[in-house]
Amino acid sequence: MTPDPALEDQISRTWGDPPGLWGFIATVDHKRIAARYIVTALLLMFLAGMLALDMRWQLTVPENTRMTPQLYNESFSLHGSTMLYLVSVPVMEAMAFWLVPLMLGARNMAFPRLGAFSYWLYLGGVLTLWIAHAMDITPDLGWFEYPPLAGPAYSPGHRADIWAQMITFTEVAALCASVNVAATILKMRPPGMTLARMPVFLWAMLIASIMTILSMPAIMLVTSMLISDRMVSTHFFSPGAGGDVILFQHLFWFFGHPEVYIIFIPATGFVSSIVETFSRRRLFGHSVLVLSIISIGALAFGLWVHHMFAVGLPRLGNDFYTAASMAIALPAGLQIFCWIATIWSGRPRFDTPMLWVIAFVLTFVIGGLSGIMTASAALDLQLTDTYFIVAHFHYVLVGGALFPLFGAFCYWYPKATGRMMSERWGKIALVGIVGGFNLGFFPMHLLGLMGMPRRVYTYPTGMGWDTLNQIATAGSVISVLGGLVFVANAVVSYWRGAPSGADPWQGSTLEWASASPAPPWNFTYTPVVHSLTPMWDESRPLPVMEGLASDHREVLITSVTDAAPLYRQKSTSPSIWPIVAAVAVTIMFIASIFTPWAVPLGSVLIGAALTGWFWPLRPRAKQGPLGRGA
Amino acid sequence: MNGPPDMEIVGTLSDLPTSAVGSRHLVWWGNIGFMLIEGTGFALAAAAYLYLMTQAPAWPPKGDALPGLLWGGIFTALLLVSEIPALWVLRCARAKKVGGVRWGTLILTLFGAALLVPRGFEFAHLGVPWHQDGYGSVVWLLLVLHTTHVVTELGESAVQTVWLFTHQIGDDQFSDVEDNSNYWTFVVVAWLPIYVLIYWAPRAV
Amino acid sequence: MRRIPILLAALLLNGCGGIQSVMSPAGDEAAALHDLLLLSVAVCGAIYLLVMGGLGWSLWRRRGATVPALTGEEPALDRSLWVAAAVILAGLTILIVGSFLADRALFAARGSEALQVRVTGHQYWWRIEYRDPATGRWIETANELHLPQGRTARVALGSADVIHSFWVPNVAGKIDMVPGRRNLIDLTPRRLGWFRGQCSEYCGTQHAHMAFDVKVDSPPAFDAWLAAQARPASPAPDPIAAQGASVFAGPCAACHAVRGTDAGGRAGPDLTHFASRRSIAAGTLPMTRGNVQAWIAQPQALKPGVPMPAVPLSPKDADAVAHYLATLR
Repeated sequence: MTPDPALEDQISRTWGDPPGLWGFIATVDHKRIAARYIVTALLLMFLAGMLALDMRWQLTVPENTRMTPQLYNESFSLHGSTMLYLVSVPVMEAMAFWLVPLMLGARNMAFPRLGAFSYWLYLGGVLTLWIAHAMDITPDLGWFEYPPLAGPAYSPGHRADIWAQMITFTEVAALCASVNVAATILKMRPPGMTLARMPVFLWAMLIASIMTILSMPAIMLVTSMLISDRMVSTHFFSPGAGGDVILFQHLFWFFGHPEVYIIFIPATGFVSSIVETFSRRRLFGHSVLVLSIISIGALAFGLWVHHMFAVGLPRLGNDFYTAASMAIALPAGLQIFCWIATIWSGRPRFDTPMLWVIAFVLTFVIGGLSGIMTASAALDLQLTDTYFIVAHFHYVLVGGALFPLFGAFCYWYPKATGRMMSERWGKIALVGIVGGFNLGFFPMHLLGLMGMPRRVYTYPTGMGWDTLNQIATAGSVISVLGGLVFVANAVVSYWRGAPSGADPWQGSTLEWASASPAPPWNFTYTPVVHSLTPMWDESRPLPVMEGLASDHREVLITSVTDAAPLYRQKSTSPSIWPIVAAVAVTIMFIASIFTPWAVPLGSVLIGAALTGWFWPLRPRAKQGPLGRGA
Repeated sequence: MNGPPDMEIVGTLSDLPTSAVGSRHLVWWGNIGFMLIEGTGFALAAAAYLYLMTQAPAWPPKGDALPGLLWGGIFTALLLVSEIPALWVLRCARAKKVGGVRWGTLILTLFGAALLVPRGFEFAHLGVPWHQDGYGSVVWLLLVLHTTHVVTELGESAVQTVWLFTHQIGDDQFSDVEDNSNYWTFVVVAWLPIYVLIYWAPRAV
Repeated sequence: MRRIPILLAALLLNGCGGIQSVMSPAGDEAAALHDLLLLSVAVCGAIYLLVMGGLGWSLWRRRGATVPALTGEEPALDRSLWVAAAVILAGLTILIVGSFLADRALFAARGSEALQVRVTGHQYWWRIEYRDPATGRWIETANELHLPQGRTARVALGSADVIHSFWVPNVAGKIDMVPGRRNLIDLTPRRLGWFRGQCSEYCGTQHAHMAFDVKVDSPPAFDAWLAAQARPASPAPDPIAAQGASVFAGPCAACHAVRGTDAGGRAGPDLTHFASRRSIAAGTLPMTRGNVQAWIAQPQALKPGVPMPAVPLSPKDADAVAHYLATLR
């Protein structure tokens, strides 16, 4: 079938963005929004990496006076907060934003303006934290600010409030993004993509979104309670006044533990997609992979006390959380088995994305195993709050989330830009990043076992920690250099990379059916799906349905389990309301650091913005009695 | 280099309707998503209340007054009564009755405004200020959380009422009325366990 | 990647004999955890080798494969999945059982009688009190913990301000010191000598310099030490010390106590037997005359953010105070 140029022309005018700055601000194109999320997150990753190098440099020699303790404490707080709240979760959301409609053969997300709002609010959080840093009111109590240290008595001033409000920004943004992704996956699948025919990547994003919805309210609640203790003298966490310091930890970690799986589970989606395409066979154990993701998602909510093994809680509880924390290794291990089994029975190709998957297995499994060690409540009493834990969480976060992310970046780069990244420089970057990371962080396991606690701006001479710290610094430098090569490759390839065409890797899923780069409306026709690997099916040409409007924006809504077409939903056009609403919320959040009156007054502003957003644009009643419209 | 794959049209979507009702509708799911978020928040605040209660030697702590029952009772009764117009407007929305959704939403708005009166008195009769101790803080937390929902519903119903009375109503707006009614029901149902915690847990312990 | 195991072996041998090391157990609790550590490393190491072997074999086996890949059901892979699940479960079971046994060992001494100690965390020092079984009174010292070899010391942990954590890795695991909560930890040291403990929960600007010395003595030596700590300070033996004592009674006594004099401040560490300790400022500097003098003159220069202010003293007075403190053995 040859595409109809008149149809394409009309669709292009319907779905195109207005030009220039107005289009940039008002766009609701999920790909543009995702791209700005990713660019912002990569920039922040660079800044956080610079903070890390500064700290590593400080720790290279004992009793170093180069950094003051205040500066160092700000650095680890800013590094951790940036990486966990402003990079890891947002970048996974961004990959979902970008890929989910494409993998579903859909023209946009379920709630396009909500997606734009999520980005602007996230940006508000980024600016809150980093402008505060530029103004020297950087939060300095770590990425999880326990009271009483974070309470009004021991941390006067606004540093802790900046931290708490930055979190509110990013969590509201993440919650909105999660509702958006979940609704898209549940209600906008192509005809024939029953839940049984839904690729593992989409399962991963769905589960991660649901986990976000159920866990982020905890941190929103607890940071609001902390601000409240600090600002209006509530006593949630004051031990002397009927409050409880440990309540903070329970509420925080009820969010904090699922958070790390919210970061990891999308990465398992990336790995599944890459392994399938680069093994050139359908994933082995599809149901095992899906059930593993679901059980990891569920189990993740039952583990949080393992962050509190040293608090002195009742032993019976500690026994339970030990067993549960170890149990999560079963679904994780089965996932790894399925991926290796796919390679074992496939025809592997060693392009850069697949090399990142190999690096992921090599590195993440170390992190998973050190996690099994810390899962023991007893052994954790030696390991927690030391450099062993620093090693563990970097291995699982960098190895388990960032390496798959880099692989995914290389894999889908051609789809986003129409160009290929350089394989040679990609491999050089990989060796630098992976080799440097392992050199930098493996010694930290030993440092922890040798007694070095975490969050220390210096350490005494004569402890035997000097050499390992120097090796850690060297490895970190190499890793950052590798990262710079990676970014340079991405930037240069944008203009000089070989043209990729629609499907350079012979991928299995629907995103490879669109052009590269995909046009604003993604697909002119709606694909019909008969299997888990629609692009590999024997039936060519690809079956599609026509009939979605081309003169106004419209998307297809299908049923939740069977993806049967239900109705055509109007899809929103570019709009100013997302940024307006985000600005209103930003004003309220920032002002409430300084006065509680900001909450009621700010709410009025937000109410006005939301009214504008949701005000339906239908004709007003003309003359005569009000009646039913067309 | 390869372009998009060759395609073959096997059917048409143009016969599909352009709106839907209830859980078939996309926005219904967004509404559920936000109810899940807020419901989780309520559940965690209730868990915080129960945690502090189990850690305290006495509840309420010695010297703290019990919350007065009168205004909480009035609010709860009024809230339960408001569920009647909420369910009625839901039926009208599903049946696409223009007059019903206009007047029903107006009635909900009036209920929302009226509810703020006993709610205000509830705050005044909680018996303990929020800054006195952990008990006072967590009781105020629960009541403030629920009140923000009542205020939000009042706002949403009020804006909807104004719009409905001045415009021709289409299918999407019937869905909006449905979603508003469902959220109202959520606010009513969420109140019940919180009511028990604030007013009866300290009397039972 | 291959250089890692070699590095590991080399440095493991180097770090094994530390005074603040998990890998050099000198007490029952640390020994139980060390055994669990070795078990865990063995089990986890074996699993890692299996996974890497599986991955390596898969990549090697199918490199350059031209035969179309297998699709559909493969009975061999399905069976292997069950084997993998069984291996994982077996490994986890071993580790869970090992963990439970180690946990029991940590609490094994709970039923029996123990030396009662109370340690309270402050920003950034440790108040240490021993209960005298004869009189029931508490004998107070700071920043240096002595323990009798072979006897269990049951330490009650608390905090005067923020959350700290008590950790002497050679003897036992760590337990947090939480305001509003009292935690207990049993320490049963078996080896004589000096060890080091350090705060292990971020507690503010000088968290990095909140450490304490631990001395494991033979029981008679411990009893002698405790009896000496219980005695009040001897009177100043010479005029300079007397001068120092009288200067001390002014600004210093507001925060510090020297039993046997009027100095009774409790905001800072008890200094009654200050000169008997091995280090100053909670393990920050060795106990030398020069360090003491520097500390008194400019605490903020040595430990910026410490609550002790710089008290302006004339050089003669500062010298006298340092001299006086040196007599407080």
